[in-house]
Amino acid sequence: MADIPALAARLRAALGADAVIDDHTQLRTYECDGLAHYKVTPALAVLAEDTRGVAEVVRACHETGVPFVARGSGTGLSGGALPRADGVLIVTSRMRNIVTMDPANQRAVVQPGVINLDVTRAATPLGYYYAPDPSSQQVCSIGGNLAENSGGAHCLKYGFTANHVTGVEWVAPDGEVIRLGGNAPDPTGYDLLGAIVGSEGTLGIATEVTVRLTRLPESVRTLLAAFGGTDEAGAAVSAIIGAGVVPAAVEMMDALAIEAAEAAVACGYPQGAGAVLIVELDGPAPEVERQFAEVEARCRANGAFEIRIAADDVERALFWKGRKSAFAAVGRISPDYIVQDGVIPRTSLPVVLRRISELSASGGVRVANVFHAGDGNLHPLVLFDDSVPGQAERAEEVSGAILDLCIEHGGSITGEHGVGSDKAKYMPRMFTDDDLDTMQMVRCAFDPHGLSNPGKIFPTPRLCGEVPGRRKGVHPVQEAGLAEAF
Amino acid sequence: MSTTEGLLGRARAAEPADTIAGVAPGQVVSPASTAETAEVLREASARGLTVVARGTGTKQTWGAPPSSVDLVVDTTRMAAVVEHAAGDLIVHAQAGITLAALQETVAPAGQRLALDPLCPGTLGGLIATAGSGPLRYSHGAVRDLLIGITLVRADGVVAKSGGKVVKNVAGYDLGKLLAGSWGSLGVITEATFRLHPLPATSRWVAAPVDGATDADALVQAVVHSQTVPSAVELDRPADDPATLAILVEGTEAGVAARVAALRDLLGGTPEVRDTPPGWWGRPPVGDTLLKLTHEIAGLPRLLDALDTATARHGGRAAVRGSAGVGILHATLPGDAEAVRAVVAELRTASAAWGGDVVVLDGPPEVDPWGPVRGLDLMRRVKDQFDPEHRLAPGRFVGGI
Ligand SMILES: Cc1cc2nc3c(=O)[nH]c(=O)nc-3n(C[C@H](O)[C@H](O)[C@H](O)COP(=O)(O)OP(=O)(O)OC[C@H]3O[C@@H](n4cnc5c(N)ncnc54)[C@H](O)[C@@H]3O)c2cc1C
Repeated sequence: MADIPALAARLRAALGADAVIDDHTQLRTYECDGLAHYKVTPALAVLAEDTRGVAEVVRACHETGVPFVARGSGTGLSGGALPRADGVLIVTSRMRNIVTMDPANQRAVVQPGVINLDVTRAATPLGYYYAPDPSSQQVCSIGGNLAENSGGAHCLKYGFTANHVTGVEWVAPDGEVIRLGGNAPDPTGYDLLGAIVGSEGTLGIATEVTVRLTRLPESVRTLLAAFGGTDEAGAAVSAIIGAGVVPAAVEMMDALAIEAAEAAVACGYPQGAGAVLIVELDGPAPEVERQFAEVEARCRANGAFEIRIAADDVERALFWKGRKSAFAAVGRISPDYIVQDGVIPRTSLPVVLRRISELSASGGVRVANVFHAGDGNLHPLVLFDDSVPGQAERAEEVSGAILDLCIEHGGSITGEHGVGSDKAKYMPRMFTDDDLDTMQMVRCAFDPHGLSNPGKIFPTPRLCGEVPGRRKGVHPVQEAGLAEAF
Repeated sequence: MSTTEGLLGRARAAEPADTIAGVAPGQVVSPASTAETAEVLREASARGLTVVARGTGTKQTWGAPPSSVDLVVDTTRMAAVVEHAAGDLIVHAQAGITLAALQETVAPAGQRLALDPLCPGTLGGLIATAGSGPLRYSHGAVRDLLIGITLVRADGVVAKSGGKVVKNVAGYDLGKLLAGSWGSLGVITEATFRLHPLPATSRWVAAPVDGATDADALVQAVVHSQTVPSAVELDRPADDPATLAILVEGTEAGVAARVAALRDLLGGTPEVRDTPPGWWGRPPVGDTLLKLTHEIAGLPRLLDALDTATARHGGRAAVRGSAGVGILHATLPGDAEAVRAVVAELRTASAAWGGDVVVLDGPPEVDPWGPVRGLDLMRRVKDQFDPEHRLAPGRFVGGI
């Protein structure tokens, strides 16, 4: 067992007394992330203020063999930031500086604790914004977004976090600080940045992030279309995409999700809708006009009985309010719920939704569906009452069966919330042992001792060991010499 | 080496035409599937053979020459489209298919893979060299459109990551690591890409450019405008003035309005064309080929530094590329010594434009890669995937 009090003393000396928390009551603030039924109190929490501070902590952990876990805003939904009882939690909430806003290069450099929406707020007066927009964007951090490769409603057109991070300052699991990428594209060598984004804190810690800024669109148009059911709404989505339109966002909610949203935020969606679609187009005004007419026509042709068009930003915000509050809203109609996150090929939507309702019926738990319909990213909300014996287990079963359904249809067990602690056990259903073994070679390269957020993503850790020294061709020494000569 | 059993038994002896960047291989084998590639690599592993994967061979002189090639794995028999799910806008293909053949398969559905690399060959070669062209500006790089990959490791183990859905964060994204790995981490056998609808209308607006400062001003004006181009390309031949050409794609009415806006923006009387300029999407022609990256606003500093450095050796570089992205390609005047000196000078100064200087194709005495950040980590990645250094040994950065 590592000597935690000694580690705490060392870190206090290096980072200042108020940066290190070892009081049990205070530590409990950090016992879970957004997936609150997993709880672990960390041995220590450290509130670092800069790269040097993070590197100090990581180096100390490396030297003493203590595991560490990074935490941004703690909104993750897969237990990614779940602490280790024998480890240090490195919290980035004091690293909230926007370092540079550089519209000429369409980049911003920010510390990892910066809140997603704050990047957009700072960029908007310059005519720019930060495109990835998770529903949690008012609270989640850029570091957490990077680690989860977070998406959002507008990622259908603009891509995910991975497509918008061009550089990083990185504390590797041995405490070494490296810079990868920057303002320019294609840094020479392996795309380590590409490996890092989405690695859920298992390859080290980001201490500064360079993100792409996107020009604010000239025109944004949003419609809300009400359908009798999800089949018609799904057909409308296929028709829109089949017509060659790439909307900025296409979101769907089913009757139960609408009911919850009404109860929570009174969004005033059309009465009697079995499904609503929110379709948003953005871009140059003349293009948006054309394509918007196309979208409207396809919705009508596929049975929309009411279409509302947002007249201004206020109305647009109202359309989105129901959608963006949907997760929390189901709390109004059910004491407990599981937020699931799975992906299917979009064209499988009708059949998968039908199977979900069968699973719901046979499991005896209700399922509300909210999803990014454009890219087939489902967020079924499985409702249950923990006070009724057996319901939690049944909800868990239905939720797991939905993931199996996603895999069966060639999809994924997570589109944006990550694997974390929660889904590591499902990874072997999607990947072979060889796939997982190969992925973990990357981990072995970055973190041979497995100290950076251990236990996440992979159901069984790979023993990194020493790599065999047998070589063919140029002798290693000569090879090293060759490299130096260049 | 002679062999009688297994797939290597069907390998043929290499011919002069199989020579890879001046290195004569021993044998050439052409597996038809991932499973066959795995068998080949298992046998190669048992025998300790060095292996270089080859598609149509368009870029085999790029990068550093491999230090040894016992076996060429020719991927061109793996040329099938496994699945084109038009409704889902994805395509899954074997790595040996040419990009052109792939585009022909998806075009009837009104779709395209929005990659237009300067030297198109096979899909595998495109991924391994992370090639990009004008469309990079609007659709991103190989890494951004690749959603699933299957590779065969040096030890013959088959691994995949990603899948066939666009949105997917399950596990590490090996595709990003393999993209631009120059065959040094594994043999890519299959890949799945996101597709995009073919635009109804495409039009090019081309304007003359008067020097580096003007190029910068025009590029800045265009990238900050609301015209949302698909590509912003600069062409500056060695002896002639430069041209900036902008591709606009979309609906007929939309494109017309945006082209009008661009004409106002660029001033003068820019040329509007329904077909691309002849130089569009091609590398400049010469004995060397450099890839120069820059932050968008670093363009004039890069162009000036290039001109200053080449002027010392008499002559000017021909430059072409995606100025709106920050990737230019250039050919250099002069002999190998001049190339070496210019490249060294540019590398010393490159912080001024925030980019790298890579010699894709050039004299053997010039280091292709230059300084690399994170090289230790890269070596560790290589040691994990290919501990015996048998895949394209010596080809990549730092002798990897
Ligand atoms: C109501 C609600 C809605 C949501 N909607 C979306 C959505 O639309 N799309 C979406 O993608 N997600 C969504 N999420 C999930 C969550 O908000 C995202 O995963 C977010 O990116 C997490 O950021 P965070 O700062 O809270 O990270 P945390 O939860 O603190 O951490 C998440 C992971 O990142 C790691 N990490 C944190 N900081 C760093 C760092 N600096 N370096 C390395 N690793 C680090 C942690 O170790 C952990 O593994 C939602 C969550 C909630 C509660």
